[in-house]
Amino acid sequence: MPLGALMTETTVVTESERPGIPRHHWIVRLSHWVNAIAFTIMVGSGLRIFNAYPAFHRKGDAAFPLWPFEGTPAPAWLTFGTFLGNARMWHFAMMWVLVATGLLYVGFIYLHGEWRDLLPRRGDPRDAWEMIRFYTLARKDHPRQGKHNALQKVTYFLMPFVGLVIVLSGIAIWKPVSLGWITALFGGFVWARWWHFAAMLVLVGMSVVHVFMVISVDPYSIRSMVTGGYNPRLSPEARNARPFSGLFRNLFRTSETPPR
Amino acid sequence: MKHDDMHRVRRRAAMTAIDRAVSALEDATTRPTHVSLAGRIDHGAVRAFDRRHFLRVGSSALATAFLSACGLAGNDDAKRVIAYASRKNESVERWLFRHTAINVGSPGASVAGAKFPAYFVSPVVPVWGTARGPWTLAVSGMVARPASLSLEALMSLPRARQRVEHFCVEGWNALANFTGVRVSELARRAGASPNARFVDFQSFDGGYHESWDIESALHDQTLIVYGKDGELLTAPFGAPARLHSPVKLGYKNTKYLTRIVFMRESNGGYWTDRGYEWYGGT
Repeated sequence: MPLGALMTETTVVTESERPGIPRHHWIVRLSHWVNAIAFTIMVGSGLRIFNAYPAFHRKGDAAFPLWPFEGTPAPAWLTFGTFLGNARMWHFAMMWVLVATGLLYVGFIYLHGEWRDLLPRRGDPRDAWEMIRFYTLARKDHPRQGKHNALQKVTYFLMPFVGLVIVLSGIAIWKPVSLGWITALFGGFVWARWWHFAAMLVLVGMSVVHVFMVISVDPYSIRSMVTGGYNPRLSPEARNARPFSGLFRNLFRTSETPPR
Repeated sequence: MKHDDMHRVRRRAAMTAIDRAVSALEDATTRPTHVSLAGRIDHGAVRAFDRRHFLRVGSSALATAFLSACGLAGNDDAKRVIAYASRKNESVERWLFRHTAINVGSPGASVAGAKFPAYFVSPVVPVWGTARGPWTLAVSGMVARPASLSLEALMSLPRARQRVEHFCVEGWNALANFTGVRVSELARRAGASPNARFVDFQSFDGGYHESWDIESALHDQTLIVYGKDGELLTAPFGAPARLHSPVKLGYKNTKYLTRIVFMRESNGGYWTDRGYEWYGGT
């Protein structure tokens, strides 16, 4: 049998078994991963800088009201940088990478239309509530969703805004005299430092939950963030997936017609 | 047919049959594991292998990068990259610098007073001993009229008082009332050359010194301070005179001053030579 004929046949079969639809544009994928690395280094070096003075109050003032752990440094294994001066250099080098990818991403989704997938809509609070009911087992079937479920949507929508607070409060700490008006916007140097730290904690929290949910609910989405392709038959909705439940459902299904 | 499939069909059609046969043959001979027992070539597996291979190489590269991240921070190449970024940042910082941008201590806050952290690099508090003769502050380098000022002479010059923040590189800030003489006043009296681009501030604290860009040194809030919170400076805070300005981080503000040198080139500084950013501006 000629090799070519055989190959064409098997290829077609194989591909119908592995449907993949394009999901993320390469600019989104690139900015996602560059961001992931740059943000990790920013958090690590930022914590190393924080550890030089793990408190917020001005010298001579009483303890800062909104941070009960004043005086407790971040664990060393979470920090990045050999010493304070080195961590600062990393921080001030990586900030440009982060700002550049942030602008690339936001600019791209604005011009290319992906922002519409993230824009909050009227039904979102209800859909988010239904997702919470589903995850807490109060509801059996996965709520219908588009590209993202409502909880993802609100998270991905808010992330750039939290990032903006981090960048602005960071500038406020970096240049409290040259750009003192930005520092004043945050209520002074002490408060700007707190905003920078608090917003970082929020973004780290969002990212940790994001990574947990990717691993435990939709590991197949990693493919879409690497190659761009996504298999709708393996979507969390099609698998009725909760954390660590329904992970492999549909994985070996050979049916020609994917659900939905 | 889905969009993606169509895309693949088109791409496949672009390959000639010969190309396909050759590549399949190569795949079959160099990668025997992908020929099933029945002798059929699982082309899907081969295609997937290429992608998987790419992913495996990619992810192992990523993992290597991650594992070496522990040593990355102090890696020599990495140091060169961040030093380059630091130089680029310096031009941004110089561009952001404004003589009109001044610091005003928050009205509601109280001065740190005795809680103002004090430090020096010598093993003990540096004190100018009488054995060394009377203390003087030298103004030298690219100046028309080099001077050597006693504390009395310094205190007789026009006084500047300011209630400002002190920003430490560590992240804390402290409020203080400083009394002293503007560096710009000293520069004017000494006739500093317009070609001087840097100013070095030297001390009797174990060789501690820091050089500044001339713009920051001539900022209105950059003072040679001899009074703090209404009293003469005490030994822990840099007596008899120290440099202070809110426009630079604490470590740039040399205490225990002995000499001010106007220069054409920068000559680093104590902490700068130990890996801290030279500019250190706020």
